[in-house]
Amino acid sequence: MAGIDIYFEDVSEGQEVPPFQRTTDLMYWNRFAAVNDEFVYVHMDDEFAKQRGEKGVLAMGHLSFSHLHNMLRAWIGDSGRIKRVSCQYRRINYKGDTVTSRGRVVKKYGHEGDNLVDLEVWVENQNGEIITPGKATVALPSRK
Amino acid sequence: MEKMPTLEEIEATVGREIYRVTAPPVSLSDIRKHAIAVYWPEKPPRLFWDEEYARQTSWGGIVAPEDFNPFAWPIEGPGRFPCGVTVPDSARTFNGGSDAEYFTPIRPGDIITAADTVAEVYQRTGRTGRLLFLVSETRWTNQRDELVKTQRGTRVVVLES
Repeated sequence: MAGIDIYFEDVSEGQEVPPFQRTTDLMYWNRFAAVNDEFVYVHMDDEFAKQRGEKGVLAMGHLSFSHLHNMLRAWIGDSGRIKRVSCQYRRINYKGDTVTSRGRVVKKYGHEGDNLVDLEVWVENQNGEIITPGKATVALPSRK
Repeated sequence: MEKMPTLEEIEATVGREIYRVTAPPVSLSDIRKHAIAVYWPEKPPRLFWDEEYARQTSWGGIVAPEDFNPFAWPIEGPGRFPCGVTVPDSARTFNGGSDAEYFTPIRPGDIITAADTVAEVYQRTGRTGRLLFLVSETRWTNQRDELVKTQRGTRVVVLES
């Protein structure tokens, strides 16, 4: 079977997930706006954002949400399943920020025939501030 | 100029279905474009664009990324956030959070229907002032009425800063 990168038995609590990192700018955001229907001035126009009291144009939260999925997917491979992802958009991702999605295994357990792994996930900026804390649950294939 | 609805008016919307909308059939190209956008500038995983590869995986064919949105480019736009409550254009709002649970995957040809309900409304005083939290709950189902996803989204409106 193609796409098996990690098995449930290989995972241990406290294990860190390889990060997913991007430096964000307007062109990158606009490309995402087109696939997520986020044509919103505060993501596209610095002057508008400043009038709203922001430092400048800012990223859409859903892009961080997608980055967390990308990080999880690269780790679990094509045979894993993302079951649940939640996060809070606590701090703003401004233009030019480098944002890094990270994760750490909290718990592994069996549930209704699935081999589940709970993770603490988050997005941090280049200053090490957590801008988007969250949680995730994935299901992994087993060697058994 | 539009006025902010009162808290009573907003609370009256809790539990009410705000909209139900069906997207046009999902195409291979929709999936490919989403994957390219979220992985840019890296090449997206083959599972999202290479049918020959995808057939050999446990998915048995191309699926959409879990975070895929079939409702981009709506012919008739559904009501936008904040979940059925009309907030004046001048109000400062932001996305507070997302919580999604995934069930049956989306495949090319699928026709996805979303039904949105107002789940919760509450006020808090935070670092940025007095805030109104509007929580919506969305259920996505496919053409076979299988559950695809449930998602809670939180829209935050700044009342006083």
